Amino acid sequence: MDANMMTQAAQAVGAIGLLGTGLGVILGVAARYLSAPVDDRTEAIAALLPGSNCAQCGYAGCKQAAAAIVDGRAAPNCCPPGGASTAQRVAELIGVWLAVDGSDTALPTVGWVDEERCIGCTRCIRKCGSDAIVGAIKQMHTVLPEVCYACGLCVTECPTNAIVMKPVMPTLATWHWPKPAAKRPTAAA
Amino acid sequence: MMLFQVRGGVKLSYRKELSSESPIVRMPTPKRVCIPLQQHVGSPAEPVVEVGQWVGKGQLIGRAGRGISANVHASISGTVIAVEDRVAPHPSGLTQLTVVIESDGADRWAELPQPITADFPLPATPKELNDRVAAAGIVGLGGAAFPSAVKLDMRYKYSIDTLVINGAECEPYITCDDRLMRESAAEIVDGVRIMAYALAVEHIIIAIEANKPKAVKAMREAAKADSSIRLVTVPTRFPMGSAQHLLLAVTGRETPADKRTAEVGAVVHNVATARAVSMAIRRGEPLVSRVVTVSGLGVREPANVEVPLGTSVEDLLTFCGGLHPVPTLLIGGGPMMGAPLPSVHAPVVKGSSGVLALTASETNEGPESPCIRCGKCVTACPAGLVPVEMAQLIRRGDLQGAKAIGSQDCIACGSCSFICPSHIPLAHYFSFANGKLSALDRDARQQDRIRSLVQARNERTAREAEIKKAAAAARKAAKAAAAKATAEPPTQLLEEST
Amino acid sequence: MSTLVNRAGPFTHTATTVSSTMVWVMVALLPATAYGLWLFGWPAVILFFITLGSALAIEAIMLALLGQPVGARLMDGTALLTGWLLALSLPPWAPWWIGVLGSFCAIVIGKHLFGGLGQNLFNPAMVARVVLLISFPLQMTLWAAPAPLGSEAAPSFMQSVAYISGQTPVPEHMSAATSLGLLKTEVSRGISVEKSTEKLPPLFQMATGKESGSMGESAAVLLLAGGLLLMVLRIISWHIPVALLGTLGALAALSHALDPSRFASMPIHLLAGASVLGAFFIATDYVTSPVSRSGQLLFGAGIGALTWVIRSLGSYPEGLAFAVVLMNALVPLIDRGFRPRVFGRSWRGKSLEVKSQPRIHI
Repeated sequence: MDANMMTQAAQAVGAIGLLGTGLGVILGVAARYLSAPVDDRTEAIAALLPGSNCAQCGYAGCKQAAAAIVDGRAAPNCCPPGGASTAQRVAELIGVWLAVDGSDTALPTVGWVDEERCIGCTRCIRKCGSDAIVGAIKQMHTVLPEVCYACGLCVTECPTNAIVMKPVMPTLATWHWPKPAAKRPTAAA
Repeated sequence: MMLFQVRGGVKLSYRKELSSESPIVRMPTPKRVCIPLQQHVGSPAEPVVEVGQWVGKGQLIGRAGRGISANVHASISGTVIAVEDRVAPHPSGLTQLTVVIESDGADRWAELPQPITADFPLPATPKELNDRVAAAGIVGLGGAAFPSAVKLDMRYKYSIDTLVINGAECEPYITCDDRLMRESAAEIVDGVRIMAYALAVEHIIIAIEANKPKAVKAMREAAKADSSIRLVTVPTRFPMGSAQHLLLAVTGRETPADKRTAEVGAVVHNVATARAVSMAIRRGEPLVSRVVTVSGLGVREPANVEVPLGTSVEDLLTFCGGLHPVPTLLIGGGPMMGAPLPSVHAPVVKGSSGVLALTASETNEGPESPCIRCGKCVTACPAGLVPVEMAQLIRRGDLQGAKAIGSQDCIACGSCSFICPSHIPLAHYFSFANGKLSALDRDARQQDRIRSLVQARNERTAREAEIKKAAAAARKAAKAAAAKATAEPPTQLLEEST
Repeated sequence: MSTLVNRAGPFTHTATTVSSTMVWVMVALLPATAYGLWLFGWPAVILFFITLGSALAIEAIMLALLGQPVGARLMDGTALLTGWLLALSLPPWAPWWIGVLGSFCAIVIGKHLFGGLGQNLFNPAMVARVVLLISFPLQMTLWAAPAPLGSEAAPSFMQSVAYISGQTPVPEHMSAATSLGLLKTEVSRGISVEKSTEKLPPLFQMATGKESGSMGESAAVLLLAGGLLLMVLRIISWHIPVALLGTLGALAALSHALDPSRFASMPIHLLAGASVLGAFFIATDYVTSPVSRSGQLLFGAGIGALTWVIRSLGSYPEGLAFAVVLMNALVPLIDRGFRPRVFGRSWRGKSLEVKSQPRIHI
């Protein structure tokens, strides 16, 4: 290579290198100072969760679970009582994509009081997060299914094991076609 | 008369010749009928009869519920032997509240309202006619089962100027409307005129698909006398019978999305509904039977049968010679938009236009293969959607994405699945997606309600704790004050006494 | 007895399947292919079958490797058609390894590496052709003069095997330039297009195909007939062919009117080269073309325009393969932008206004 070619090459390399470095610095500065603040997402997510601190997600309470979701330690669908709709909203809020494919075919459950076993102690009533159990001392207790969201606190509380979780069966009004079965032999979809 | 272009749709092999030349036969009264209390869109009817009670044919057994609903009447005379959950003619196999009547063999009519036999103009106000139609429990007999009186009442909410009568019958195999038009054209036209009078419309259009020339002839003959009725032949293309598409074809008016046809000044009724209206007004008979097409290569003798509502599919099939050979599928309705029947014990209801026993050669099923992006589904879709893209999104679990490109505008006609060379169940994907989105919506609303209850409870518990704390503090203060008081006085007394 | 079925309707289906569609496309290609094979003699026949055979073999191997049902997918005809179209776009006397390498590129790189049937972004046959053209420009531009089977000039079977296997090189007197190739080289030498046009075969001959070119592109009339058959059968619609040929023809006519010495006339552009083959058989490939009709018009027009640009202003004599591949890259964007209008909604997606609806015309 002669000297002319060397200078030309050096010029080209220098120009591109300078451009690249300059753009990289700009990007770094932007990432540092122009990134979106993330602090208030914990509040927003906690507002979406039921709020009764039933600990089914594995965290002490709903606020702790919200913090874990923001950190990425917990998945957006970690709240069973919240159901699929809560999972969707939380996922939307933190920008995580959650596939809805009807594979959550486990039926939702609600509590049910076995009247043979209930002794009317009202311990479950005091524990229920959404006031879904009606009853009084020495009176029969019963669960209002439309208010119960299956946090399960009453089941552990009952001294006579009188409450069980029963699945909610679909009715003609709530039934819909399940997702067509995947017939692909490969994983690619 | 000018016809307007309607996009999309598919050409099918109709196989109507299996039953189109069979005149309507009346089925003998079955031994038992199971009449569901919800055979219509809206809220179920509430039972007004008890077990053990005798009911006459046409007697009210279910009163319309709140909101949009319809009455239900006994279709035979006999004793009510049960009011309980029985299998519904629904693909889920679920049950619904049903009134079971055992026939007394007499087939006696109960007391019916006074018929109006006078010629036009009728000696009754439109309101009175609507009330009669409502009392007769008439719903759309084309399959949609929307309460007809509610549709006739639309004149009070919207300005209606056109009544379109739907004689398209675009599904394969189904010929019940075709035969009705050929055999009872006069009754149908009478019903049309009654509805037109009740709606006070300017124009009446009867639309019939071109593959029913004899029906066109018969209806034209019957409608000759009334100059305000125009008869028009529409091209034979599925789904020409969709109310909104038929309306577009004959009037050029496109119903806005998520709105009713009444918004653009038109009401669409089926020909069989018109006949039912005529029977209710002219004879006082409520809706207790309907014509059902039993067809398919799996039935020995395909026929068009006038069936009392609540008759089991089993009895109906026996009347038509039984199943032979054993079919692959038993379908309620047509093959495109109908659904599989859960069992032969399911009853015939107001919306059952057909019972089909299809064999493998007719269903033409094939193994699903990958999508080749041929775009035939896009050309076929009458709603102007892009099935290939929506199905791809749904398969990946992105239901919101599918909704964003219009999956909720899908009319579930099945044209896309029909035309797909790779046998992809496109319409099934969209039924699933829309059902799932509704379920998520319901779930979200329930969660909102529960969350507010939880919040209320938390606040209440906090308040109670507050009050308790304050009470405990007050008690403590009072105790401390009392202790202080008992500790001091003795020194004072001693001082006073000296 | 439960008669429940686990799937929703509809419960009837058209008889058309993927295989039946592929079969009809091959039937439509048959006349032009047979003519091409006859025109170029035994070497073309051998190359054709080698290309097809290797396409099928490579597809079978790939399906087995990917764990997909070999029997069903092999028989659906898509790999065979890809090999067929690739063969038709090769020089008729090219060495055998061009055919095999081309099939490999088409099937493995162009189809399976993207995800298999229905997932590829680019037309596999065109990907292969582009790869071959750029990698082996010499072999891919050695065109043979027509030497019909049975004529004196035609090589015997054994001679053909020698040519195709590479043992003996193709003799000078048997090679010839294509029409577009001739025009390009003459223009670069400064000779006006009008003058060079005199050296070309007459238009009638170009249409019926007795000219040099790739194996399948010569007989425009036969290809047109095949294309019309496909349109009648509703396998393809008119949008892409009309848009492609229309744009190409319009640009050709316009440019020729403006500067006849530099630009070839419209008939030459439409009849020479792979225009007709591309318009009806290559650009209309389902997987790599847009799904909506309006999108297809834009797609066809784009290919036509790019073909004209590359032919007239670029350095390659034939630009269809590049044009197709370039427009394929735009197809996802076209699909996103060109959706049909939903019933009951405006173009923006909002529910229609109820204000003025037509009066009834009775």
